[in-house]
Amino acid sequence: MSAAKVFTKPASMTDKIMHFCPGCTHGIIQRLVAEVIDELDIRENTIAVGPVGCAVFCYDYWDVDFHQASHGRAPAVATGVKRVHPDKVVFSLQGDGDIAAIGTTEIVHAAARGEKISCLFVNNSIYGMTGGQMAPTTIVGQKTTTTPGGRDSNMAGYPVKLTEMLAVLDGTAYSARVSVHNPANVIKAKKVIKKAFEVQIKGEGFAIVEILSTCPTNWGLSPVESIKWLEENILPYFPIGEFKTPGEVSR
Amino acid sequence: MSKVLMKGNEAVAEAAVLGGCRYFFGYPITPQNEIPEYLAKRLPEVGGTFLQAESEISAINMVFGAAGSGARVMTSSSGPGISLKQEGISYISGAELPCVIVNMVRGGPGLGNIGPAQSDYFQATKGGGHGDYRLIVFGPASVQELVDLTIEAFELADRYRNPVMILGDGILGQMMEPVEFKVKEIRKGPEKPWAATGAKGRARNLITSLYIVPEELEEHCRKLKEKYDRIAAVEKRHESYFADDTEIVLAAYGTTARICKAVVDQARDEGIRAGLIRPVTLWPFPDEPYYKAAEHADAFLTVEMSNGQMVEDVRLSVNGRKPVHFLGRTGGIVPTKAEIYAEVKKIVEGGVR
Amino acid sequence: MLEELIIAGFGGQGVMSMGQLITYAGMIENKNVAWIPSYGPEMRGGTANCAVTISDREISSPVVTEPTSVIIMNQPSLTRFLPTLKPGGLLLINSSLVSADISRNDLRVLEIPSNELANEKLNNTRVANIIILGAYIESTKVVTIDSIVESLKKVLPERRHNLIPLNRQALELGAEFARLAKV
Ligand SMILES: Cc1ncc(C[n+]2csc(CCOP(=O)(O)OP(=O)(O)O)c2C)c(N)n1
Repeated sequence: MSAAKVFTKPASMTDKIMHFCPGCTHGIIQRLVAEVIDELDIRENTIAVGPVGCAVFCYDYWDVDFHQASHGRAPAVATGVKRVHPDKVVFSLQGDGDIAAIGTTEIVHAAARGEKISCLFVNNSIYGMTGGQMAPTTIVGQKTTTTPGGRDSNMAGYPVKLTEMLAVLDGTAYSARVSVHNPANVIKAKKVIKKAFEVQIKGEGFAIVEILSTCPTNWGLSPVESIKWLEENILPYFPIGEFKTPGEVSR
Repeated sequence: MSKVLMKGNEAVAEAAVLGGCRYFFGYPITPQNEIPEYLAKRLPEVGGTFLQAESEISAINMVFGAAGSGARVMTSSSGPGISLKQEGISYISGAELPCVIVNMVRGGPGLGNIGPAQSDYFQATKGGGHGDYRLIVFGPASVQELVDLTIEAFELADRYRNPVMILGDGILGQMMEPVEFKVKEIRKGPEKPWAATGAKGRARNLITSLYIVPEELEEHCRKLKEKYDRIAAVEKRHESYFADDTEIVLAAYGTTARICKAVVDQARDEGIRAGLIRPVTLWPFPDEPYYKAAEHADAFLTVEMSNGQMVEDVRLSVNGRKPVHFLGRTGGIVPTKAEIYAEVKKIVEGGVR
Repeated sequence: MLEELIIAGFGGQGVMSMGQLITYAGMIENKNVAWIPSYGPEMRGGTANCAVTISDREISSPVVTEPTSVIIMNQPSLTRFLPTLKPGGLLLINSSLVSADISRNDLRVLEIPSNELANEKLNNTRVANIIILGAYIESTKVVTIDSIVESLKKVLPERRHNLIPLNRQALELGAEFARLAKV
């Protein structure tokens, strides 16, 4: 009897051991992207643009061409790459601080221009890399090192729903939010990420996918508690779903 | 005992509060995060405002607005963030507004790393942003000095209506040393009749760096130069450590100067007449002590965590009278006492010309 | 007196707070002190260390590159810091966690099975560090046990002060171990 292989490392992933903290879902997301690249068979045709944030070393794990960007500027860098290589698949991966605070301008205008790039946005509701400060997506009441009493909307305002915001722009072809906190959602997330790549490949325009993630280290919770916290606090504020699909008229 | 044990970053933050700072705008970046984190708790206690901006560009522009409104205000960051602030710093300098900017320098260029470095010296002392302007730049070398100079920075900023930069490094920010807060009462800034506060019962105040008529801009730049000359005439500061009868003078600031002190100790123990001249202000640069030391010293050795930046000012000060050598480490690596001492020996034994 | 100590181990082992306690105690005794940590997110899960300087003179350099003493709490740190110790220096090893294979014979070496001691004698492995601290103080006399206890009162929040007697016991246990081992 021969055994069928049911689980293997994606070919577009390197052998490097990931540096993420225990229980962080960044690693799952990086793997999903690699699986999508494999399935679309675009490894040799793809240029990735990375963030400054916990995923800053993403090029260590993806075996594709890569371009660094400074903090928040990935969509602008990706624009440059795509304009030079319109026939290549260009995607970026950014954290919430990177994309929805310091880099708001860059993402909004990449979307408005209808850049044919796929932008992935990991929302862990905190600044992971720098040790747990408030992010633009921090939930009201959530404690961080710069909102020690919990985010006070009077002082620090409200979380940015970037993905919904981008959906109203005519340049945006696809906008969706997914999560990877349990197996069913991981499977759904992969489909959506794949769609974002396909939108680009078909030349339909700009695509944004927000992926909800946990940060046990900076939330100060165990991995299991983190998933529960995400379900109870993040999901109600940041609902999963597609906000715009290709062909839809802008709202 | 009135001393407390504090991290450099937290000490700067507390010193800012005592110095009268009521507003802080910043964006997270290692290795200075303890400054905003401390102030997020502390400023509300004294009726102040802490606000985390969406970027350093925004943070410095918030500082611009608060300074123009007459407040004592501070921002802090490290290398990449300070680069983003340069445009704002130029505007603030052009509009002659007081503020304090802290740079806990990390390894560069680019994203570099988070290790300690001194490679932002040029940026801090020679411009950084566009146009003819100067910052007053302090180079503290201990947690106590971080405190004393931060408090003073607010006074100088208001006195000269000029931004003051505290140029630290990753080690100074993270290090704990006992400190004494000699200022017991929270300071208040002077009256600022020039500030934008609403033109109630007076002619309007204009905060601007725009002078569209060339002659007017030249006049403004001339006025700035006069101010910088005035600052240079009275604000140069340095520490001299065994530097009066030397065969070799070390030149270093910040953390590197501390290591050089230990090198001087060792050299003196072993019969080498070494000394250290440590600039406390990096701009204006204390040129005279180096010039004078060239009378008795045979050589100078500048030590930096950079590829050689301050060494240019040391050379300008020595003005060709004696050779000025250089030893630098980069990448977040701190030069060791042993390697500096070896260089000192090589120079005094005539190995290096 | 110029004591330059490095404490090294995994992040989360309490390496940083051990260093801070000694620094605090030195300050209480009116000595000159400084503490420098390795820092940043890359330390998470990796090795962490801190440097402590205690001197009765003004401290020229707080940066420690040739320590007079080293406390080792994990294997990679032994490899890294063993070569840096000054000749005649003190090497303290938590032998519950680190197997010592010392390639130098110009050192004072003390191996303490600190986790076992904590478990057997005090029924609490969380004070393993404090036992080592006791042994260190006995071997160097840079500060007193009383000053460490004094610092604990300052560092620990009020609601944790019930732990102070246990910590004192641990310090004394470590000191006794060092006395018997006579390094
Ligand atoms: C100009 C600039 N400012 C600040 C930083 C420091 N910095 C590095 S990552 C980061 C935030 C990361 O947060 P996020 O984008 O949410 O990603 P995460 O780490 O949580 O995945 C910051 C502020 C920097 N590198 N450059």
